[in-house]
Amino acid sequence: MTTTAASSVAAGRCDLGHLDALESEAVHIFREVAGEFENPVLLFSGGKDSLLMLHLAVKAFTPGSVPFGLLHVDTGHNFPEVLDFRDRTAEKHGLELHVASVQEYIDSGVLTERADGTRNPLQTLPLTEKIAAGKFDAVFGGGRRDEEKARAKERIFSLRDEFSQWDPRRQRPELWNLYNGRHAPGEHVRVFPLSNFTELDVWQYIARERVALPSIYYAHEREVFHRGGMWLAPGDWGGPREGERVERRRVRYRTVGDMSCTGAVDSDATTVEQVITEIAASRLTERGATRADDKLSEAAMEDRKREGYF
Amino acid sequence: MTDAPPALLRFATAGSVDDGKSTLVGRLLHDSKSVLADQLEAVTRASRGDRGPDLALLTDGLRAEREQGITIDVAYRYFATPRRRFILADTPGHVQYTRNMVTGASTARLTVILIDARNGVVEQTRRHAALAALLRVPEIVLAVNKMDLVGYEEADFAAIAGEFSAYAGKLGMNRVTAIPVSALAGDNVVEPSKNMDWYGGPTVLEHLETVRAGDEPSDGAARFPVQYVIRPQTPDLPDYRGYAGQVARGAFRVGEEVTVLPAGHTARITAIDVLGTAAPAVRAGQSATLRLDRDLDVSRGDLIASAAAPAPVTRDVTATVCHVADSPLTPGRRVLVKHTTRTVRAVVAEIPSRLALADLTEDRDPGSLTANDIGRVRLRTAEPLALDAYADSRLTGAFLLIDPADGTTLAAGMAAAPTTAPR
Repeated sequence: MTTTAASSVAAGRCDLGHLDALESEAVHIFREVAGEFENPVLLFSGGKDSLLMLHLAVKAFTPGSVPFGLLHVDTGHNFPEVLDFRDRTAEKHGLELHVASVQEYIDSGVLTERADGTRNPLQTLPLTEKIAAGKFDAVFGGGRRDEEKARAKERIFSLRDEFSQWDPRRQRPELWNLYNGRHAPGEHVRVFPLSNFTELDVWQYIARERVALPSIYYAHEREVFHRGGMWLAPGDWGGPREGERVERRRVRYRTVGDMSCTGAVDSDATTVEQVITEIAASRLTERGATRADDKLSEAAMEDRKREGYF
Repeated sequence: MTDAPPALLRFATAGSVDDGKSTLVGRLLHDSKSVLADQLEAVTRASRGDRGPDLALLTDGLRAEREQGITIDVAYRYFATPRRRFILADTPGHVQYTRNMVTGASTARLTVILIDARNGVVEQTRRHAALAALLRVPEIVLAVNKMDLVGYEEADFAAIAGEFSAYAGKLGMNRVTAIPVSALAGDNVVEPSKNMDWYGGPTVLEHLETVRAGDEPSDGAARFPVQYVIRPQTPDLPDYRGYAGQVARGAFRVGEEVTVLPAGHTARITAIDVLGTAAPAVRAGQSATLRLDRDLDVSRGDLIASAAAPAPVTRDVTATVCHVADSPLTPGRRVLVKHTTRTVRAVVAEIPSRLALADLTEDRDPGSLTANDIGRVRLRTAEPLALDAYADSRLTGAFLLIDPADGTTLAAGMAAAPTTAPR
C-alpha cells in the first residue's frame, strides 16, 4: 500500500508522514511565490535537488503548467550526461531554459580561470547578471539547511541586494508560514523550497515519487583519479596532473556540480533503494564527502553566500 | 501496513547565554548519532582544551558566532531516531534577540527551556516561558542543566521545577515536563543518568520521541487560505478552475458546504485534488486544490471556511504583537498587514499597553513599541480580514506588520478574540 497523503486521509490517519509534510511545505512555498512575484525562475542544473524542485513545482500547479522558467549557470565543466538530462527535462515540461555561461565570461576576459581550476566561485557573476537581465524577482534554489552550517541559518525567503549579496545579520525574521517577499527594484529574493529536506529525505522522496535522475547518481564504472581525498573525473578542466594516476572504479555521485570539484564515492548502489541504504550507513556528510569547494575554509560557504552564491 | 509513517516534530530551544544550550543541542545531535565523522572532525579541530570535542561548536555556524562564542541567529537542525524525525529551531537567548525566539516558537510544537541549576529561575527564564505561552507552543520541556555542578541534588531540582511550574500555571501552560540534566556530562539527555537515581522520568530524547506531536481540533471550523487559482485553459480542461492552498485548520470533505470570505458567498466542494490525486477529504497541513460547484469570483487572499463555522470578518483588529524591527511602532503609523495570503493596508490606531514579560505586568499607554517589546495594538484595516483569534487558530490568527516603504517586517501579530474588549 502506498503512503500518499490522499490514502492516509482515507485510512483515517491522524498524522501526516514526514515526506508528506515536507512535500506540502514545498508546494505551499511554490504557490506563495507564484501568487506574489512577477517573474520567478527556478535554478535548474539537472542535478537531483533541482529535479526534485521541478517535480514539486509540477505537482503544485497540476493540472496547469508550471508558471515560470528554468535558469542554469553552466560552468563549462559540467557532466555531459547531466546537461543532456537537463535539456530533455526542460523540453518534456515545455519550459523555457535560460543558460548563463561561465565559459563565455572567461573567453571574453571578464572572468579569469583560477589556478586550482575550480569554477564554482566563478558562477556568482554570470548568475547575478542573468538574474538582472531577465528581471527575475524570485529565484528558486535547491539549497537545504542540512547541507552546511551557514545554510542552516538562511531563511526560506532570502533577500538579496542588486549584487545578490546575502547579509546574515540583516535577515528578516520568518514567522509561521508567512513569507515576506517585499523587495526594492533591482533586488530579488532567493527562495529555498527544500530548506527542511535532509539528504535522506531527498532520496526517500525521489524513491517514493519515482523521480528520474541522470545515470551518474547510480553506481557505474568510471575513470577517476585521487585528489584531496576524493575521486575526480578526468577532463579538459585540468585533471589529472602529473603524478595522479587514473584508474577505473565503480562509483556514484552524491552531488553533481562542476567536474573540477565534485568527487565520486565508491559505490555498488544501482537502485534508489540501494542508495538510501548507503546514505543511512554513511559516516560522512554529502558535501564533506564530495565537495572540494567547501573544504577551502571553515567559512567557505558563508563567504560565497555573502557574495551572492546560490 | 497499518503503522502511521514516522512523524515530524518541530521544536525549539531557548536559554540564556551561559545555560549550555548549544552544548545540550550538540549532545542531542551527537548522542543520537546525527553527527557525521567529517563534522565531528571539524569540531574537534576547532575545540580548545582537552575535554574532548566542544559540542557547542556543532551549532554555531557563522564566523562572528564562532569568534564571539555566541549564537546570533536561529539555526535549523535536523536529526532522526527510528521513532521520529526532528526539526529543531535553535534560538539564541539574549534579551536583544527576543525576535529570534518568537521566530523559532512560531512553528514549534514544543519548546525546551534551559535553566542553569546553580541560578534557578531567572528573568530570562520567565521571558522565555511567557513568549512560549504567547505563541501558544503546546508543550514545554524544562531542562534543568548543569546538575553536575550542584552535586546532582534532588532538592535543587525540585525547588526549580516547582517554582517554574507555578509560573507556567499563571501563564496558562499546563503541559510542562521538567528533566534534570547535565548536557556536558550527558546525564538524561539521551542516556539515563547514573548519577540521579531519584529521577524516574524520561530523558530529553525519550520525551521528544514520545510526546504527542499535534492535537487536531475537531470542532468543525476548517480553514483554507487561497494561494493561487489554477486555470489550465487547455483543450482538455477548458473550464477547470481549482483553488490551490494549504489547509490551515480542520478538515474539508467533498460535498461539504463552505463560505468564501470576506465576501461571504457559499458553495459546495465538488472535488478535492491532492497534488494530482483525487481525494475524498483533506486536513490541516495538506496542500491541495479545491473545486466548487458555483462560479464565484474567488482569488488569492480569500479564505474558504466551513459554512457551519466561518471566521469573523473585521476591519478593526485587536492583537498582541512582538515588535521585531529597529524603528519604533507608534500610533498613526501606516503599515501593511500580511495575514494568510492576503496583504492589506492599515493604520496603527492605538497602543493601549506594553507587557513586561518578566513579571507579566502591563504598562499602560507606552506611547510606542521598540525592538523586542511585546504589546497590545489596535489596527484599522483598509479592507476586511477574515481573522480568527490566535488562541483558536494559529495560522489564521497570526499576521505580520510590514513597513510599506521598505518592506521591513515590523512586528509579529496574534489576534485577540474579536468580541473581547482590549484589557
